[in-house]
Amino acid sequence: MLLEFEKPIAELEEKLHDMKQLAQTNDVDVSETVKSLQQKIEKLKKETFQNLTRWQRVQLSRHPERPYTLDYIYEITDEFIEIHGDRNVKDDKAMVGGFASIDGQTVMMIGQQKGRNTKQRQTRNFGMANPEGYRKALRLMRMAEKFNKPIVCLIDTPGAYPGLEAEERGQGEAIARNIKEMFMLKVPVICVIIGEGASGGAIGIGIGDRVLMMENTWYSVISPESCSSILWRSWEYKEQAAEALKLTANDMIGNKLIDGIIKEPLGGAHTDMKGASKELKKEILKYIKDLNKVSVEDRIDQRIEKFSAMGAYAS
Amino acid sequence: MAWFKRTNKGIQTPTESKKEAPDGLWYKTPSGKIVHMRELRNNAYVSPEDDYHVRIGSKEYFEILFDDNKFEELDAELSSGDPLKFVDSKPYPARIEATQKKSGLTDALRSAVGKINGTPLVIACMDFGFIGGSMGSVVGEKIARAINHSLEHKIPFLMISKSGGARMMEAGFSLMQMAKTSARLALLSEAKIPYISLLTDPTTGGVTASYAMLGDFNISEPGSLIGFAGPRVIRETIGKDLPKGFQSAEFVKDHGFLDFIVDRRSLKNKLSTLLKMLEN
Repeated sequence: MLLEFEKPIAELEEKLHDMKQLAQTNDVDVSETVKSLQQKIEKLKKETFQNLTRWQRVQLSRHPERPYTLDYIYEITDEFIEIHGDRNVKDDKAMVGGFASIDGQTVMMIGQQKGRNTKQRQTRNFGMANPEGYRKALRLMRMAEKFNKPIVCLIDTPGAYPGLEAEERGQGEAIARNIKEMFMLKVPVICVIIGEGASGGAIGIGIGDRVLMMENTWYSVISPESCSSILWRSWEYKEQAAEALKLTANDMIGNKLIDGIIKEPLGGAHTDMKGASKELKKEILKYIKDLNKVSVEDRIDQRIEKFSAMGAYAS
Repeated sequence: MAWFKRTNKGIQTPTESKKEAPDGLWYKTPSGKIVHMRELRNNAYVSPEDDYHVRIGSKEYFEILFDDNKFEELDAELSSGDPLKFVDSKPYPARIEATQKKSGLTDALRSAVGKINGTPLVIACMDFGFIGGSMGSVVGEKIARAINHSLEHKIPFLMISKSGGARMMEAGFSLMQMAKTSARLALLSEAKIPYISLLTDPTTGGVTASYAMLGDFNISEPGSLIGFAGPRVIRETIGKDLPKGFQSAEFVKDHGFLDFIVDRRSLKNKLSTLLKMLEN
């Protein structure tokens, strides 16, 4: 699938591909033209991706070919043992997790999981976890703490599931408890927004010593569409809403609401999963190393103080 | 028989001698019961005929709870910034200013310290009249500071929630207030200072998903709407009508997420009894 702003790039890429084939079959030297075309593509890509609007970043964050939590886990870890269930109600397939090994370092990986096709999307409930998903995540975090392993949360959700049973089983309580308990975890916690970071559903696994966002993701209190429908009373103003919400990685770091941005390959993570994973892995290992140098007490204090400083008010 | 015949047509009373019926002299409950405002006030804003709990704000809760309505307000000067330069149908600062004028409040929460039946208590209370009781930086910071006051003076904390959730106009900043308030509550919990969360009508969204559900005691008033997602959103998501009483305080208690429901007329005594039990 191509997004509107990806089309001119794709057209040039197709042209390049055709030319290369033509040269091969007819045995003519087109290296000059190929080179200039490649430069042109590179230039256009840079221009396009440096000037993305906020809404375009939202579109990239939801790209159907974008890597999801399990994709990254399988790309960056040598071993992964998935752990299921909240020991209470059931196994929520919108929230996955388990012990993994990254270059010999054992970590607890947790994250929302979206589906690639219709059937998977249904199974994964579009990455919208129920309370048992949040409780499973907390159970896994406690286990990581018990065995003194760092925790990595990969966040990618359009929101916590707004369903009947979710309410019956205390969606609000589950998220609230996670937020509170995550502050007191004795092990390092790194949270990365890898796609969509929608509101309570995201922050329910989002309290970390380092909170990072990949370049083409969003993190806010509401989706641009819902914001548009509430404030403008129509779904039509999503672009305006995205601008107003200042929900991109650049915005969020500018407002000191996150700690860092993870670069994506030019063209977005969906065009180069290996490249994106490599960068993610590098950053995770770097931050784990940094955080291991800090004492448990200091880490918890700093985690609390960091979030306590967030806010804008006049007195 | 001229006495019933109208001789002068039209309204003859001059404007200056017109008698205004004071606004809000009577209150009509949803089931149609009519009650005089003074009777309502003397009855903790509960309609005597049908026990309907009228939505009230910080002013009324402070009056109901604090002994002789005596209290020291905390951080009253905090008011909203405009970190995102947010504009929808009007700029955010203009919306704040208009709401401040209309409501006489600075933001959607007031906090204070005082005594209830002799027991010291810090109360933070939300005002739904201020942009739907929405939680932004000011609400978050005032709650954090109120909890700090509890921590410093070892005084129990009562949070009265009444909110549609996080304030959209502060986007990411609002979201992080969920974290900030929960962090302070984690410290309060470590210090073993009691935290009572009173969820009143309505409490939804990011407020439910943070401090409102984190009490040692989560309590509510009869008939309050309490939930994470709003009923409209859920109805649209599942494509079905919601069962009667869904997300009412009674429903939430039945599902195990509230400790008890208390009639507002006995709120003060029940709270002070509970706090005294924990003390002794």
